[in-house]
Amino acid sequence: MNLAPQPFAPPPRADRRRVLGAGLAVMAGHPLASAQMRIDVSGIGATQYPISIARFPVEGRVPLEVAAVVRADLARSGAFRLVDTAAALSETANPDFGDLRAKGADAVVGGSVTRLADGRYDIRFRLHDVVRANAIGGEAFVATEADLRYAGHRIADWIHEKLTGERGIFATRIVFVSRSAGRYRLDVADWDGENIVSPLRSAEPVMSPAWAPDGKRLAYVSFESGKPVVYVHTLASGQRMAVANFRGSNSAPAWSPDGRTLAVTLTREGLSQVFLLNADGSGSPRRLTTSAGIDTEPAFSPDGRGLYFTSDRGGSPQIYRMPIDGGEAARVTFSAPYSVSARPSPDGRSLAYISRREGRYLVTLRNLASGAEQILSDGGREESPSFAPNGRWILFATQAGGRDSLMAVTVDGRVKQRLSSSLGDIREPSWGPFTQ
Amino acid sequence: MITPLSRLLAAAALAALAACSSVKLDEAGAGAPVENRSADGNAGTAAGGATTGTADVGATPGARAVTPVEVGRKDPLDDPAGQLARRSIYFDFDQYTIKDEHKATLEAHARYLIANRGRKVVIQGNTDERGSREYNLALGQKRAEAVRKALTALGVPDAQLEAVSFGEEKPRASGTDDAAMAENRRADLAYQ
Repeated sequence: MNLAPQPFAPPPRADRRRVLGAGLAVMAGHPLASAQMRIDVSGIGATQYPISIARFPVEGRVPLEVAAVVRADLARSGAFRLVDTAAALSETANPDFGDLRAKGADAVVGGSVTRLADGRYDIRFRLHDVVRANAIGGEAFVATEADLRYAGHRIADWIHEKLTGERGIFATRIVFVSRSAGRYRLDVADWDGENIVSPLRSAEPVMSPAWAPDGKRLAYVSFESGKPVVYVHTLASGQRMAVANFRGSNSAPAWSPDGRTLAVTLTREGLSQVFLLNADGSGSPRRLTTSAGIDTEPAFSPDGRGLYFTSDRGGSPQIYRMPIDGGEAARVTFSAPYSVSARPSPDGRSLAYISRREGRYLVTLRNLASGAEQILSDGGREESPSFAPNGRWILFATQAGGRDSLMAVTVDGRVKQRLSSSLGDIREPSWGPFTQ
Repeated sequence: MITPLSRLLAAAALAALAACSSVKLDEAGAGAPVENRSADGNAGTAAGGATTGTADVGATPGARAVTPVEVGRKDPLDDPAGQLARRSIYFDFDQYTIKDEHKATLEAHARYLIANRGRKVVIQGNTDERGSREYNLALGQKRAEAVRKALTALGVPDAQLEAVSFGEEKPRASGTDDAAMAENRRADLAYQ
């Protein structure tokens, strides 16, 4: 999965999504069946669902094989095992269930892609239960050429949810910082690192990108004015606003779950402390933490009521949690002399963070109820953990071959995938939210 | 031989005397607050090189006062051999206190900033690359803040100083050896 630069930048995703959304319609004559098959996902990677994604017949010029995107997504998730079938299968044809059973497939997907007169594409698919020899359901939608990959991701999400009962993350996006030839970029990509667009390019460092819950805005830190300043950037319009540009350094933006508040680290009153401010830049910041040392790297709990942050108030950097309306901070991490960069899981039950153990910086997952901890990485130079919105994956920065690269690992540690760029360093990833 | 420097020292000594005498006057309660301020001010300017230092000693300033003017003098900030050319304060690993070896440099910058109230300096803290980028930004701030506090203690007005951090984002030395890491553990004085 090399992140090759795209010769032609696709239009902003928000526009494309409207087109796709407008064309989305449930396929007539193929009502969605309720999920008849579910698998236990407690051990993604341990349990693999055997599925065959047939070749979709095409009509007209189709520049991208949509079924191949679906196959790649399902295979990379670790929850599916692909069963090859040579035959093409449309959404209206009856699969050869006997042959599929003999090959070990429990489900099969057929579909078609048709180029319309206006240049857009009509995409249809249908999922069958091979064991019971019946159709589970399907969808049809219209997409622009630029949205063909997105259409494939949407199909993979639909299949994932039908067969596992859990929402897929294939249509979500990630953001990360790229550095090559001494210049910096913010890059937004599909979950698999493909389809890169760069909302920001700068000669000065950019750091700590964070997705707004609506998936349409990013907050980040830019050094373009000669010091760290926090910006909120609307992806579709490219409009940017400096929301924290106070005396000293401004950094570490984190969105509240409702998207209205940002927690940021400011130094206007001395050392780094966490403040809350309105995400639209109105009003003045309210100081939240009060220590004589460093408090930084805020992250909201999913219910919006608590804030995790890194503090050296106890002598070494550790993770603490405090109520969002003030009060006592309670220490959360104890197992390592250096524990930073906390990110709570979407269900709020666990915490991913970076701990230093014997000089190695490792992705660590803590069960907040039991206190049990699991080390999920083995590189030793890890940074910036970030959960997928379904909580199944943790994306983080690591190093490979002397370069910064990204890696995603399932929370059970079984499935890993790495993203690296042949052009330079990529780092500081943040996994975007589910979007409609 | 009477050099300009010795004249300067003489002026400073006289100013110091003036300060002493004004303290005595102060104790005697003879309108001292005003006189005290003026004596302090003179001591400061004398040490800095300008020279109305003797004005207070005589009872009648004015008629015989001389204000020497030096022409062709450059901004000492631009002197590559001067103390002000040193703009980097280095720190030990995991340390945020200013080492004795840097105190003379900071004193020189404090004198310059006090004498040049129009000048502003941004203190830029840096760290090596180990660990979290955001936490390193906070550690760089801690170094910049240590330098800012030292300059404030030396009398530099707050409005002339801003402490910011670059964390590990703008390393001067690349590489991961000890020398490169040490080079990056520093705060720089960037005059605006």
